[in-house]
Amino acid sequence: MPENTDSVILDSAAAATSGPALIADVDKRDKPRSLWNDAWYDLRRKPVFYISALVILFLIVIAIWPGLIATGDPLQCQLINSLNGPSSGHWFGYDQQGCDVYTRTVYGARASVEVGIFSTVGVAVLGAVLGGLSGYFGGWLDAILSRISDIFFGIPILLGGVVFLSAVKGGSVTTVSTFIILLGWPQLARIARGAVITAKEQDYVLAAKALGAGHGRVLLRHIAPNALAPVIVWSTIALGTFISLEATLSFLGVGLKPPAVSWGIDISSASEQIRNAPHMLLWPAGALSVTVLAFILLGDAVRDALDPKLR
Amino acid sequence: MSDTTLPKDPEDAAATAAEAAVPDAATALVAEAAAAQLADREPILQVRNLVKHFPLTQGIIVKRQIGAVKAVDGVSFDLYAGETLGIVGESGCGKSTVAKLLMNLEQVTAGEVFYKGQDITKLSGRALKAVRRNIQMVFQDPYTSLNPRMTVGDIIGEPFDIHPEVAPKGDRRKRVEELLDVVGLNPEYINRYPHQFSGGQRQRIGIARGLALNPEIIICDEPVSALDVSVQAQVINLMEKLQDEFNLSYIFIAHDLSIVRHISDRVGVMYLGKIAEIGSDAEIYEHPTHPYTQALLSAVPVPDPEAREHRERIILSGDVPSPANPPSGCRFRTRCWKAEDRCALEEPLLAIPTRFANVDTPAKHESACHFAEEKDVVGAA
Repeated sequence: MPENTDSVILDSAAAATSGPALIADVDKRDKPRSLWNDAWYDLRRKPVFYISALVILFLIVIAIWPGLIATGDPLQCQLINSLNGPSSGHWFGYDQQGCDVYTRTVYGARASVEVGIFSTVGVAVLGAVLGGLSGYFGGWLDAILSRISDIFFGIPILLGGVVFLSAVKGGSVTTVSTFIILLGWPQLARIARGAVITAKEQDYVLAAKALGAGHGRVLLRHIAPNALAPVIVWSTIALGTFISLEATLSFLGVGLKPPAVSWGIDISSASEQIRNAPHMLLWPAGALSVTVLAFILLGDAVRDALDPKLR
Repeated sequence: MSDTTLPKDPEDAAATAAEAAVPDAATALVAEAAAAQLADREPILQVRNLVKHFPLTQGIIVKRQIGAVKAVDGVSFDLYAGETLGIVGESGCGKSTVAKLLMNLEQVTAGEVFYKGQDITKLSGRALKAVRRNIQMVFQDPYTSLNPRMTVGDIIGEPFDIHPEVAPKGDRRKRVEELLDVVGLNPEYINRYPHQFSGGQRQRIGIARGLALNPEIIICDEPVSALDVSVQAQVINLMEKLQDEFNLSYIFIAHDLSIVRHISDRVGVMYLGKIAEIGSDAEIYEHPTHPYTQALLSAVPVPDPEAREHRERIILSGDVPSPANPPSGCRFRTRCWKAEDRCALEEPLLAIPTRFANVDTPAKHESACHFAEEKDVVGAA
């Protein structure tokens, strides 16, 4: 078509001139940036991210090696020290059993971190897989899974915890995490389902299908990477709430049980002595609040970085 | 492939049409020439009575059907090798559904799509995958048709991952770079992500992906309607260039009449799930016989203010009826100024109107109207 050759040439000339400029532009800022790289870049310039990440890192380190900062033994207690206030060498004071509150608070981090990580990983895997499949395939699978998750939604988490955990009489990290996974997955499944439904209606999924891609490729290469962001954000925030849920259940006496060391147990025993020895409550409760806050702030920062609408 | 499943041989059809066409020597000659032209251009895609009804359901667990949206309701056309068939119509008339049906992205309710004699609507698995190599698609929105988490190289290389027989593994990067070059993008962009490109560049990436498997047919579903006007021209020119280079056949779906006219060899006008009129671009644009086509054309903006004053605008009243409950008989009758009782009772078939059957005129093309007549609405033509 002769009358078009001009514009074709113009067109490619335009592409050629704009080409090098763009490339130079890219070269200045290191390598080509994926959306994940962009999110990471955003994250690295947020003070909130650093603060919360440092707190969480510190928490994980002392959960693994509590001996690093606490020399005592949380179960070696002298009743003679019962309810003694802060003193030199024992800045946090003693609890009713005469245990060092500082040592117990440090050792209590492990239970919280374990429950938080196990239940979050379990909820994320179970919820993302079930929610993702029901969103992708729809139909009767979706109908059944959605109704099942509705049933779990109907169970109040604390009431369910009291009933379930007092029935199994376990009181270990495993039983508490199992319970949280069991009642926690429907919420994530809903989020994953919504994200997958949004992603599967995008044209790039149609394009992949038009090329002849199978379900496996479409799900793993196209839908999963695009539906992951809300799952990550929600999981980060949920980790904090699961930690506080563990403390709540332990406080109620159905979660972890002594001689396990947990903030929930310590808060529970401190609450009986709140007038005589407020320092007993202050430290485990403070540690719990800071931990939960750190995860929620991290979740917020991650959401801001991953949300393309703010970009 | 079984040629016997073909509904009708176009060569025969053309020949019988030529025979039926009257004793006049001159017209017989013209018809013969037309038949000869048709004979050496066998259709590579034949669409017959394509129907897609989307069920309307009620109920949460037990769903029962309470009706159907008749998005596509009996569409037939042929596509010849190397030509561009434009399909125009307003939003919601079923254009995009036709594209999805041709791509087998939606299951047809009824009807057939023959690709080289093979009904592709019945295929699945490996056979369907083999056909997909030859029929590809370019999407409307370049912002949603590219996966934002994949690099350009991965996006254009994906067809080779799915069809490894097309390009050996070591060859793929080179092939992707060649494709980028073909669509006028710098091959060094291979590691960049879609959000680093403009709309026009993204559409070029989409075109490169469509070209990767060396298809014969590309279905373009409003490929430029999301782009700026200046970029539209670039992309259209690119598509024309590629058509010549690779001998592609396009089905070009759009609502922009000027662009369709520019790129198409033949044009089909759709209204409410049916084709109202189909013919060569000159026949449709200069000699429309269907009132809906005439109304559509009268809405095309005329750049010349002098000519604009003298032209007649046909303003249709009312809205497009719901495709869930289309009017009886002719679907356009509720908005047509020519409608009579017959239009409600008898559905006009898409055929050459009898009044033009025996005359040699550009108005002699298929039109689904009982009262088809010419009306020059473009004015300047």
